[in-house]
Amino acid sequence: MRKYVLFLILICLSTSFYANVFTAMDSPNDGGTALDLAWETCPLTEYVTIYRLTDNSEWVEIAKIAESSGKYRDIELEINKEYHYRLQIDDDLSLEASAVTKEQWFNADKLGFLVFLLIVCLAIIYYITAAKRGKTFYIRRIAGLDSMEEAIGRATEKGKPILYVPGISDLDNIETIASLTILSNVAEKSAEYGTELIVPCRSSMVLSAAKEVVQEAYIKAGRPDAYNKDNIFYLTDEQFGFVAGVDGIMLREQPAANFFLGAFYAESLILAETGFSTGAIQTAGTAQAAQLPFFVVSCDYTLIGEELFAASAYLSEDPQQLGSLKGHDFGKLIFIILITAGVILEILGYGFLKEFIVGAAL
Amino acid sequence: MKRNIPLIFAFVAGLLVILAEFVPHRPFNQIVSTLESWFLIISGFAILLGQISLIRMNTNKISNKLPDWQYSVVCLISFAFMLIVGLLWGMQETPGILGHGAAVQEMISAKPFDYLFNNALLPLSATLASLLAFFIASAAYRAFIFRSFESNLLMITAVIVIIGRTSLGHMLTSGLPESLQFWHIPNLSDFIMEYPNTAAQRAILISAGLGVVGSSLRIILGIERSYLGGD
Repeated sequence: MRKYVLFLILICLSTSFYANVFTAMDSPNDGGTALDLAWETCPLTEYVTIYRLTDNSEWVEIAKIAESSGKYRDIELEINKEYHYRLQIDDDLSLEASAVTKEQWFNADKLGFLVFLLIVCLAIIYYITAAKRGKTFYIRRIAGLDSMEEAIGRATEKGKPILYVPGISDLDNIETIASLTILSNVAEKSAEYGTELIVPCRSSMVLSAAKEVVQEAYIKAGRPDAYNKDNIFYLTDEQFGFVAGVDGIMLREQPAANFFLGAFYAESLILAETGFSTGAIQTAGTAQAAQLPFFVVSCDYTLIGEELFAASAYLSEDPQQLGSLKGHDFGKLIFIILITAGVILEILGYGFLKEFIVGAAL
Repeated sequence: MKRNIPLIFAFVAGLLVILAEFVPHRPFNQIVSTLESWFLIISGFAILLGQISLIRMNTNKISNKLPDWQYSVVCLISFAFMLIVGLLWGMQETPGILGHGAAVQEMISAKPFDYLFNNALLPLSATLASLLAFFIASAAYRAFIFRSFESNLLMITAVIVIIGRTSLGHMLTSGLPESLQFWHIPNLSDFIMEYPNTAAQRAILISAGLGVVGSSLRIILGIERSYLGGD
């Protein structure tokens, strides 16, 4: 019995002498709109309630947390303003803390990201400069891009049009921009060969840009008279409505070459399978990993991820642009080294590289 | 000059967006949302261009009596009808010229625009989306035909994943001892999806990410100009 009494007394003593701590400090690496609150109370604490003092001098409850020790981030606060907080422990003891929100000039969580971005950008710029000085680089052949001329030639021989779908995303998607740069090359070739080019667009912004790109390509090819502005048209913003429209074009016009290049989602297989059923030679390309298997199965050539972005440089045969592709390869090398080093370091129990990279991904 | 101004805009906007990624201080942290707002405003005006293109294309088809011109008539009538009912009675919570049209809503239990959207457009979209099931079957059939080592591998993997996701897979290998649980088909299916499949997808994403960096840099530096319509 004595043992139990002694044990209870010890527990009471330990809890009563436990130092309760409550701190408030500015959240690091943010735009000055958050404060970090931290508390450490007696392990027997069931819950804590956090209050914030308003401008009307009223304490407003902002959180009730069932943890004796923990952290809480108060967000959406005003910049450069002092906030007062009160931590109430089990409706009993209360502690107070205050802090001022401060704007930061650099997000240190993204340091790893910045370092990697700078390395890749500098590598690309270096290779572009080297190409400007006349250095030539080996670029591996991309079958999907090499076949473009063949596809256009086949359409010319058959006297049938070419269908080019620049994805279903708007102009704020880099895949759409990449697609428009390829459209420029396809339009130039189709102008040279005198083949009709049909470009249905899902977005009005893409329509305006595509019209400009195709017109300029026809002028560049010396065939401005062959440019038909009615062949680049808007269908609808509705995803499956657009698919129905493009499928209709494929079945009615029977294009001999289909190009599906850009951002595609659930409609990718419907488009590619309809094109396959018409017997057209099909080239597809997207960076949407989930849609790639559909294109691979249904299309003759598929540009996988990076190849879509490399297409414009590859087709232009401009040494400067080809130099930038070498920069991509350098980036890949960095990734391979980082992944290998990361795996080895993690196995050995060193986590600093992972922390550096994960911090960048926050 | 016509080409230089857009290039300068692209350079400045690109640089500011990159800075905004690393600088949380004002005004940089507001730049991205401001540019997005600008984009939305410009898109709003551009919608008109799309509508004009749609009307002109279909009108040309009808006036020239091109093949299947009747569909263009249906398209234009549908377009005009939706536009008129939308303008008159609005949609959802937004009132139209004639307000919310309580009398009409009483008749069809919704605003005409919403009624047509929910009972005509959505079922049509769903019908087209449902075609995916058949297209997946036909595409899978072609992909899984024994042709080469790769297609055989693909077929075997696909069969494991398909069976592993059904109760059949569980039933087939449920009798395996604890030490051979890795070969239990649902576990094998999970392993394929979690490791080789995720690894391949991540490789594609990483290379695409590098492509985006390279492409963006070419655009920001003005090396890539074809998206503007030429060199």
